[in-house]
Amino acid sequence: MTNYQDQLATLRESIKTNSTLKVKGGGTKTALSAAANLDLGGLSGVLEYDPQEYTLTALAGTPLKEIESLLLEHGQYMPFDPVLVDAGSTLGGAIASGLSGPGRYRYGGIRDFLLGIQFFAGTSKLHKGGAKVIKNASGFDLPKLMVGSLGRFGVLTEATLKVFPKPEVFTTMQLEVGSLGGALELVKKLATSSFELSCLDFSSEGKLFLRFGGLKEASQARLKRIQDFLGLESEVVTDAADNAFWQGAREFAFVPEGFDLVKIPLTLSKINALEPQLDTSYLRRYSVGGNVLYLALPQDANKIGLSSLLQEHKLSGLALTGSWASPYLGKPLDEVFAKRLLAVLDKDEKLN
Amino acid sequence: MSEALLNRLKTLFPKDRLLHNEAQVLPYESDGLTAFRSKPLAVVLPETQEEIIETVKLCYQYDVPFVARGSGTSLSGGSMPIADGVVIALNRMNRILHYDAAERIAVVEPGVINLYVSKKAVVDGLYYAPDPSSGPVCTIGGNVAFNSGGAHCLKYGMTSNHVLGLKVVLPDGEVAELGGESLEMVGPDLTGMFCGSEGLFGIALEVSLRLLPKPEVFKTILAAYHSLADAGQAVADVVASGLLPGAMEIMDRLAMDAAEAAVKAGYPAAAQGLLIVELEGPVEEVEAEFPKLMKVIEASGTYEVRVAKNEAERMKIWKGRKGAFSAVGRLSPDYVVQDGVVPRTKLGEALREIERLSKNYGLRVANVFHAGDGNLHPLILYNGKVEGEFERAEELAGDILKLCVDLGGAVTGEHGIGVEKLAYLPYMYSDDDMDLMRYLRKSVDDKEIANRGKMLPSNKAPALTMHGAHPLEKQGIAYRE
Repeated sequence: MTNYQDQLATLRESIKTNSTLKVKGGGTKTALSAAANLDLGGLSGVLEYDPQEYTLTALAGTPLKEIESLLLEHGQYMPFDPVLVDAGSTLGGAIASGLSGPGRYRYGGIRDFLLGIQFFAGTSKLHKGGAKVIKNASGFDLPKLMVGSLGRFGVLTEATLKVFPKPEVFTTMQLEVGSLGGALELVKKLATSSFELSCLDFSSEGKLFLRFGGLKEASQARLKRIQDFLGLESEVVTDAADNAFWQGAREFAFVPEGFDLVKIPLTLSKINALEPQLDTSYLRRYSVGGNVLYLALPQDANKIGLSSLLQEHKLSGLALTGSWASPYLGKPLDEVFAKRLLAVLDKDEKLN
Repeated sequence: MSEALLNRLKTLFPKDRLLHNEAQVLPYESDGLTAFRSKPLAVVLPETQEEIIETVKLCYQYDVPFVARGSGTSLSGGSMPIADGVVIALNRMNRILHYDAAERIAVVEPGVINLYVSKKAVVDGLYYAPDPSSGPVCTIGGNVAFNSGGAHCLKYGMTSNHVLGLKVVLPDGEVAELGGESLEMVGPDLTGMFCGSEGLFGIALEVSLRLLPKPEVFKTILAAYHSLADAGQAVADVVASGLLPGAMEIMDRLAMDAAEAAVKAGYPAAAQGLLIVELEGPVEEVEAEFPKLMKVIEASGTYEVRVAKNEAERMKIWKGRKGAFSAVGRLSPDYVVQDGVVPRTKLGEALREIERLSKNYGLRVANVFHAGDGNLHPLILYNGKVEGEFERAEELAGDILKLCVDLGGAVTGEHGIGVEKLAYLPYMYSDDDMDLMRYLRKSVDDKEIANRGKMLPSNKAPALTMHGAHPLEKQGIAYRE
């Protein structure tokens, strides 16, 4: 760990001496890591992992792929379903960008699985927040503050995650509903059902993608009951095909070359109004039961126009890839509370 | 100053919603941490957000501290009044403002009772997951302030994991909107940062709650062991099997005796350790999991296993467990309950050490805990009429908290620091970390008027000196019965 201590010392020095700091992990979200001057990719490695504890602590620059593989050896996984794992996303990058995958529908997002952190504040002091245990209500919840913060409140060095045993098998059903309206009706119907779906995604053309996980011996009966409930033909895939499908979703395989990706959190009730106003060249993928829209737009699209449209609908967006004036789109963030916290954590205004 | 504030409050609230004479404020002097009392200047009962905001602004203007209070169930003294401060009692802010089953969301006022949310949602097959034992009486506002837990935190997390958005009034009266109604968000998780801030960042005016589909079926078993350690080992075995039960709870003999005396739970009479495990989910899944669970339990050295055959039997098992705290009152005139957390694999070590400490101090300790998430609840029994026994009980409680931190855990899993554990938070965090929390508090609340005296010890010196009088007693702002 001497190496780690040396790395921390170097990092502290960078924070002290630089007047502005923008951190980069795996560099998979180009809209967020553009012009980064601090690469945390070298701060990598799993520090603590005891499968019996359901907790794992790793350095911020650890590739999620490495964590995923280690967990899998012990039959465990990250239920918030990290994205861009194959692309090279890191633990710190996942936290700072606040991104979770389709599987967050069941147990929650990265905010719900982050237990503890170590970070440098803008003062270059090293701090701990939270703890390395499943449950903790001691002091301010600084780990949560880091989620989605794009590094504005500190430079992460370590993080502890809660992890779960991975379901024995997953089953995915694909349905052609024929229209977005039809898909929305089914999503609403499923929202109050007790099937405990892991994922519930849909497309604007009315394709619905359902996934559930559990014990092998229960999966056929569960599948049949969901099919009866929906009353529609569905294509069913399991094992490798199921895995490949959702891996594609997590890697945003629907985004073609030459398109930029934007994340837009929303609720079901907003979809009907927004959808017809989106340019027909924009590709859409609704995820997490309609709680988020991933939008791919041609690089030369009217980005300012998109931002205005989102603002009209009282929605915010976050650009993930491509070149943008600011990654924040639409309705501006309420900074009233954040500013008071920034005055302490980044009093010299050097972080991102 | 106080008189001037009182006069201003009189213009804001009618007589029946501004309580300030001694008899009126008496019921508000204490909360779930009954060992301490403190007399407020006044209690206001707002019925609108505007009244809350105006009260906060006036407190700020006159530099008078305030505390928001729901049902006053805090076990750490979190809602105890600040001496000569204002209590903002939110029980009348108890409306559900927006409920949408398809969106799985309920936007509620802070005074809404925890269990009432699930009652509202049950017709649509939904529920609100966090289930502190005080659920039938505690309020959502209090749950948010203290990031309350319950028996299902391993699988579902704590209150903050179920709060999507907040409208809050900061300690100087400025209003902020945090988060929203979607499960996803853009920007820092300020909602999460506000949750569990013990009232130091202000008051939640509106809370957007995530609802979940109610599990289709539950399968609850109770396993009796000849030793507490065997029950603890059984939890490790369940975890190793790859099952993810909704809840795993352990009680020791003394806690069972208390539950027996209070609610006649019918727990096995010879058990030294009792394990409750609850599976939940779709019917086929639970049916498939159940034999796997039974195989693990039967191989774990249990001498008796009972399976709840119906909802009535299930509720009986839980009634004993959830009522264990108050039931301990039947075994001892007084008790303090602690709330430390240890890594799950250290449960056995923690329990052995607690037993040793209990013998050393000559005080009985009943153990009830959330075994799934390592959250201990040692109940330390004492008699307040015996000279020095309360102080010994507090000292023992302090030793247990330090033990939890030494084992890699935390000083509180769900009850919060409040006034009770003020001396122990610095044992968990470094001086720099404590200073950071103080600076953050000061930056949000420059006059330090929001729940002054809670969570953060005012300076470094009194830390780890809980022997004898409480720091607040020494400062003359709190007193005991």
